[in-house]
Amino acid sequence: MPKRTFKIFRFNPETDSKPSYKTYDVECEGWWTVLDALNEIKWFVDGTVTYRRSCRHGICGSCAMMINGKNDLACELQIKTLKGTITVDPLPGFEIYRDLAVNMDPFYAALKRVKPWLINNDPYPSKERIQSPEEFKLMGDSIACILCAACTSSCPSFWSDEQYLGPAALLKAYRYTFDTRDKGLGDRIDALDNKHGLWRCHKITNCYHACPKHLNPTEQISKLQRRIIEEKM
Amino acid sequence: MIHRHDVIIVGAGLAGSRAAVEIGQVADVAVLSKVYPSRSHSGAAQGGIAASLANISKTDRWEYHMFDTVKGSDYLGDQDAIEMMVREAPETVIEMEHWGCPFSRTAEGKIAQRKFGGHTLEFGKEASLRACYSADYTGHVLLHTLHEQCLKHNVNFYSEFQVLSLIFRDNRAIGVVALDMVHGGLHTFYGRAVMFGMGGYGRAFSITSNAHANTGDGLALVSRVGLPVQDMEFVQFHPTGLWKSGILVTEGARGEGGYLLNNEKRRFMEDYAPTLMELAPRDMVARAMQQEIDEGRGINGEDKIFIDVTHLGEAKLMERLPQITELAMNFAGVDPRKEPIPIQPTAHYSMGGIPANANTRVTFDEKRTETVGFYAAGECSCISVHGANRLGTNSLLEALLFGRRSGKQIVEDLPNLEFPTLPADYEDAAREEVDHFKNVSGKEKVGTIRKELQETMMLDCGVFRSEKQLVSQKAKIQELEDRFKHITVDDKSDQFNTDLLEAIELGHLLEFSGAIVEGALARQESRGGHYRKDFPKRDDEKFLKHTLAWRKGANWELTFDKPVMLQGVTHKGFEPMERKY
Ligand SMILES: Cc1cc2nc3c(=O)[nH]c(=O)nc-3n(C[C@H](O)[C@H](O)[C@H](O)COP(=O)(O)OP(=O)(O)OC[C@H]3O[C@@H](n4cnc5c(N)ncnc54)[C@H](O)[C@@H]3O)c2cc1C
Ligand code: FES
Repeated sequence: MPKRTFKIFRFNPETDSKPSYKTYDVECEGWWTVLDALNEIKWFVDGTVTYRRSCRHGICGSCAMMINGKNDLACELQIKTLKGTITVDPLPGFEIYRDLAVNMDPFYAALKRVKPWLINNDPYPSKERIQSPEEFKLMGDSIACILCAACTSSCPSFWSDEQYLGPAALLKAYRYTFDTRDKGLGDRIDALDNKHGLWRCHKITNCYHACPKHLNPTEQISKLQRRIIEEKM
Repeated sequence: MIHRHDVIIVGAGLAGSRAAVEIGQVADVAVLSKVYPSRSHSGAAQGGIAASLANISKTDRWEYHMFDTVKGSDYLGDQDAIEMMVREAPETVIEMEHWGCPFSRTAEGKIAQRKFGGHTLEFGKEASLRACYSADYTGHVLLHTLHEQCLKHNVNFYSEFQVLSLIFRDNRAIGVVALDMVHGGLHTFYGRAVMFGMGGYGRAFSITSNAHANTGDGLALVSRVGLPVQDMEFVQFHPTGLWKSGILVTEGARGEGGYLLNNEKRRFMEDYAPTLMELAPRDMVARAMQQEIDEGRGINGEDKIFIDVTHLGEAKLMERLPQITELAMNFAGVDPRKEPIPIQPTAHYSMGGIPANANTRVTFDEKRTETVGFYAAGECSCISVHGANRLGTNSLLEALLFGRRSGKQIVEDLPNLEFPTLPADYEDAAREEVDHFKNVSGKEKVGTIRKELQETMMLDCGVFRSEKQLVSQKAKIQELEDRFKHITVDDKSDQFNTDLLEAIELGHLLEFSGAIVEGALARQESRGGHYRKDFPKRDDEKFLKHTLAWRKGANWELTFDKPVMLQGVTHKGFEPMERKY
């Protein structure tokens, strides 16, 4: 088993005046992901290393962090694809609770501002609503977003404006706006059409590069921008 | 701190969230979850959710779904609850569509449905397309849609609050005590009703498809207040878990024509199920694989088998099994287009749980006597619709549907439920537990004990069981429980102390693993997910009964006096027959 070096960001507000890095050498099995190595450290070497995880197969969105300078899911990233010392930092742009665990409240608050639920006051039909496969496809892969925050945390516009909705919340707005069953654009437009909303996206595409699910928020935000312009005309 | 709400729900998966949507519209409800709600393990389900919508299989109807579920359960499922489930399935799924759940669609624009193992038309005649789905992420879209409905209805969430104890006095649920993971500190929540939707217990095993969070906390919590748990020995092992991690490779890999190969590169299923081959039911395939491994025909003599999909060709793989390639590359470092994927059976679903009726009220004896103000649904419950073995796509249905039933039942019951008074010692159990783990100092490590528990459970209480193995496993658990008294928790902080929480969870795992082993030991028969090498036949005479297990001191006491409901509510019921496919 090859030995790999992990340099992990450590900060405990109860005991540390400032953050530091701590280095751990870990014997890693060939199939391990970064999360497997973090677990090995936590379970057998140093129980105080703190991070979030649950599903460990890239669907719950708990384990997003910055690995060698790039946001990714620790549970999906194979160690053997990384060279040299592996540096692990918390997601940038959020308050740090402890080590790799950050305060996600602003992220969830932004999500709630776009009213992320189907808005349609028509009475329910007795069966399902009809939506053709082509109409279903309009939502694109936005429905696959796991809310891991890798995108929002990588966005310079978010770093400079905490009030900015950020790519994940905008992607959610896209998902409902382009759902043919939804009639809520009027209700959402105030949250979207302002300086902390849609127009703060400068198409830097960091979100696209950061998304571990290979979604493209930049492109969908552009479509949403066009939709809002049409709506206002 | 003390919080008072009409209803306290623990768990924000499909079961807890669905109940919250119902209650949130008329009463003050709090939902506690140890992970952010949308990170609950329901989101991991890929395959689908069963309902006889008959969108494609036009002749499908609830009676067929009922038959399949009863047969799948190896006749241990309660047929009254099963009938309610299959009858209400269509409206329950359609309601999710109305709330915006993005289902894949048929050419006509209806909810798309596909095949899934064990679901048939006309009582086994041909496969039924009954699983409603959304591409490869059915659980994910259901969970997110529900969470969003909760946001819409302003449900109060307490995210990253880990519940440590249930307050229960004189047959009445009063509330729970939880640790605020982020800031530290105990919080007590009490209300007129308490509902558990706390998920499964797959983490008792080393190879599992379950999330780290699935530590069966709910089971330990109820057994600590003197309530029984039911049918714990029934655990479903899915044949295709990735080797060593147990991460699930979808049933579709076999469905689309993947071969299972042993170290002789031979499709060994021809020895076990010559007609169905790889398409035999999950438990049969898992046993065949395990037998190959046990008899030294695993790949390189190790505990793995190959599933080979290379002959399907890249085009078909990309079209039919797109996520498999990514999964195998990300988690096994193998490219399935070029090489076979190493797999082994993985602990997948917990059939056992907290005994409850179809109205989700928790019960506590053979006669199904109800507790007051206490409800359970989803994988943590045992209602029991899956009996000895659950069919694929029936568990998302169970969680959603009984979550819904629970919500409706609680709303109906609330006028008759006063706010209870908190007993003086309401916080003691939780406080003592936290203090113990913060102060105990010994040589043992949580990680080591957990690893030993999980590995021995897999080995001696896994796919195959025998008296010898189970007796040895019982002793092993006792040894581990003793050693657990001498652990040290490295982390002494208050804030975000996951080290402490993992110790608490290990306490739960150790406790209820005892119930799994005792149940498996006492149940001298083979049925569904429980297979005894020394008792390979089903024994309806003695064991067409639910197992109830009570924690008494350090031991478990069992009874086999709770009869199975062999009749439906309106349906006369299906007589037990041999479960043959
Ligand atoms: C990989 C995989 C694939 C699957 N695929 C399918 C499928 O295709 N079809 C199907 O029907 N079924 C499938 N299943 C099974 C199905 O997903 C589950 O049975 C179902 O989602 C369980 O839902 P639940 O609401 O009961 O629990 P969960 O979704 O597991 O939620 C449990 C909740 O309880 C909370 N909780 C637990 N303990 C505590 C505590 N101490 N304090 C506070 N909160 C706590 C958790 O935070 C979480 O919110 C699959 C399972 C797995 C593992
Ligand atoms: S642990 Fe769930 S996404 Fe990584």
